[in-house]
Amino acid sequence: MAKQLPILFLSVLFFTVSVNAQDLVKGKKIYETRCLACHQADGGGVPNMNAPLDGSSNVVGNNIARLVKIIKGGYSEKIALDGYYYNNVMTANPDLKEEDIANVLSYVRTSWSNKASKVTVAQVQAAQRKK
Amino acid sequence: MKNLKPIFLFVVVILALNLNAQSNAGLKLPEGFKATLFADTIGSARHIAVTKSGVVFAKLMYPNKAGKSIIRLEDANKDGIADKINGWANYGGTGIFVKGKDLYATSDNDVYLYQLNDNDEVVNPSSPKTIVKGLIAKNQHASKSITLDGDNNVYVNIGAYSNACQEKDRTAGSKGMMPCPILDSAGGIWKFSGTKENQVYGDGKRYATGLRNVVGLDWNTQSNSLFVMQHGRDQLNSFYPTLYNDAQNAELPAETMYELHEGDNAGWPYVYFDPYQKKKILAPEYGGDGKKEGGENALNPTVFFPAHMAPNGLLFYTGDQFPAKYKNGAFIAFHGSWNRAPLPQEGYFVAFVPFKNGKPNGEWEIFANGFSGLADGEKVTNVRKVKSRPCGLAQGPDGSLYVSDDARGSIFKISYAK
Repeated sequence: MAKQLPILFLSVLFFTVSVNAQDLVKGKKIYETRCLACHQADGGGVPNMNAPLDGSSNVVGNNIARLVKIIKGGYSEKIALDGYYYNNVMTANPDLKEEDIANVLSYVRTSWSNKASKVTVAQVQAAQRKK
Repeated sequence: MKNLKPIFLFVVVILALNLNAQSNAGLKLPEGFKATLFADTIGSARHIAVTKSGVVFAKLMYPNKAGKSIIRLEDANKDGIADKINGWANYGGTGIFVKGKDLYATSDNDVYLYQLNDNDEVVNPSSPKTIVKGLIAKNQHASKSITLDGDNNVYVNIGAYSNACQEKDRTAGSKGMMPCPILDSAGGIWKFSGTKENQVYGDGKRYATGLRNVVGLDWNTQSNSLFVMQHGRDQLNSFYPTLYNDAQNAELPAETMYELHEGDNAGWPYVYFDPYQKKKILAPEYGGDGKKEGGENALNPTVFFPAHMAPNGLLFYTGDQFPAKYKNGAFIAFHGSWNRAPLPQEGYFVAFVPFKNGKPNGEWEIFANGFSGLADGEKVTNVRKVKSRPCGLAQGPDGSLYVSDDARGSIFKISYAK
C-alpha cells in the first residue's frame, strides 16, 4: 500500500494539472467571438445550414484529430451528421494557437448537454502531428 | 374528492389554453382571417404550388421518411385539411411551379417537367422531361427556385456559392475577388425556355446578376415583370469587428426586394443596401468602411426589410377572397434569421406589402405571425427549437393563401371570412 501511495499522489497531481490546464473561460471567449455566429449561443446550430455542437456525436466523440483539423482548416463539404445534412461553409481558424484550440474544444465538449472529456494541449499537438 | 377540485380546475384551464393556442393552427392573423393546419409533418416542405382544382404540391428539401420528395395533397371533403396525401420522386430540392397541367419541379441541379391528368394526378412520376440540367450547386445557396412568365419562359435562381465573393469564403482578411468570377455562372437569375428539353447554361441567358441568393420570386402580372427577394450577406461583425459591432451586424444589410428586367444588376458582392443610410454601401471585402458608397449602376431595392430574416417565399396576391387592400400586393414568407446572434433573431412570419399598378403602395406589415411557437412578443434565441419556419407561398383557386414550413413540415391554409 505504501508503495502505491506516491503513484496515486502523482496521478492525482497529473489529473489536477491536466484539468486546470484547460481554461473554460478562455474557451468560452473564443467560442463567442469565432463560433457563436453560426453555431449559436445554445450550440444548437441552424437546421440544414450550420451543424449543431450540442449533442453532436462528432463533437463528443473520440476523434480529436478531426475536430482540430476542422477548427484550423475550416470545412466546405456538405456534412451528414446524426441523420441531418448541413450545407454552410465553416470558416478556417489558422491563427488559433494550440492552447486556444484546447480551450475552445474543452468548452464545447463540456457545455450545454455535452459531457465529454476536455482536450489537452498535448492532444492538440498529437492531432496536428497526425495531419 | 373535495381535494380534487383545484386539480380539476387546473386541468380545465390548461385544456382551454391549449385549445386557444391551437385555434388558427397557432397563427396570429389580422381580424377576419382564419387558418387551418392543412397538413403536418409531411417532410421539409420548401416551395408549394396549387392547381386550378385546388390540389397542392409541395417540394421537399430532402425525401421524407417514405422516400418521396414531391408531395401531392388533396382536400377531398373541403374541410381545410388535406385528406389524400401521397408522393413521388426521390431528389431533394426547393422549386415547384404549376401552370395548367404542367408541373415543374427542381433539384439543386436540374429543372424537370411533369404532366398532370384531369384529376391533377401525375402521369409520368418516374419519367419527367428534363428542361434544364447541369446548373451549379455547391452546397451553399444551392437550391433552385423557379417561376414562369406568361410566355412559357422559366426563371431560375442560381445562388452564389459564397457569402461575399472573397478569395477564401468566410475568412477574415480575405479580399473580395475583382471581378467576382462566381457571377459568370451563379449569383443571378437565368432565363430558359419552359418547353425545350435538355437545356444547359448556353441555351439560357443570364437575365439579371448581382443577386447573392434568391429563394422567393414571382412574376407580377400587373407590371408584367419579375420580382425577387434577395438574401443579404452575413457576418459583417465576424470578419470586420473594427467596422461593425454585433448590434450593427444584426441590422445590416437590409433584406431587399427587386423588380428585375433583362440585364439588371443588383450589386452583389460589391455593395450591400444599408436600411438606415438608405444607400448602397461598398462591401468591406472591396475596400468599404461602412460609409463609402458604391454600385452606381446597380439597382436600388423596390422594398427593403430588416436584416437577415431570410425571405424564402414571394407571392403577388391576385385572388378575390381577401379584402381589397391585399389585391395585387406582395406576401413574403420570412424563414427567420440566425445571423443576428448573439442578439435575438427576427422573421419567422409572413409579411405583406400593398402594391398598386405593380409598384409598392404603402409600408410593409406583418400578416401572419406565431410560426415559431413562442409566446407573443418572445424572440427566437434557439433556432433549432423553433416550431415552424415559413418557406413557400401559394394561392388557391378560392383565393386562400397556403404557407409551407420546412422545419416541422406543415402547410397552413389561411382564409378570410367576411
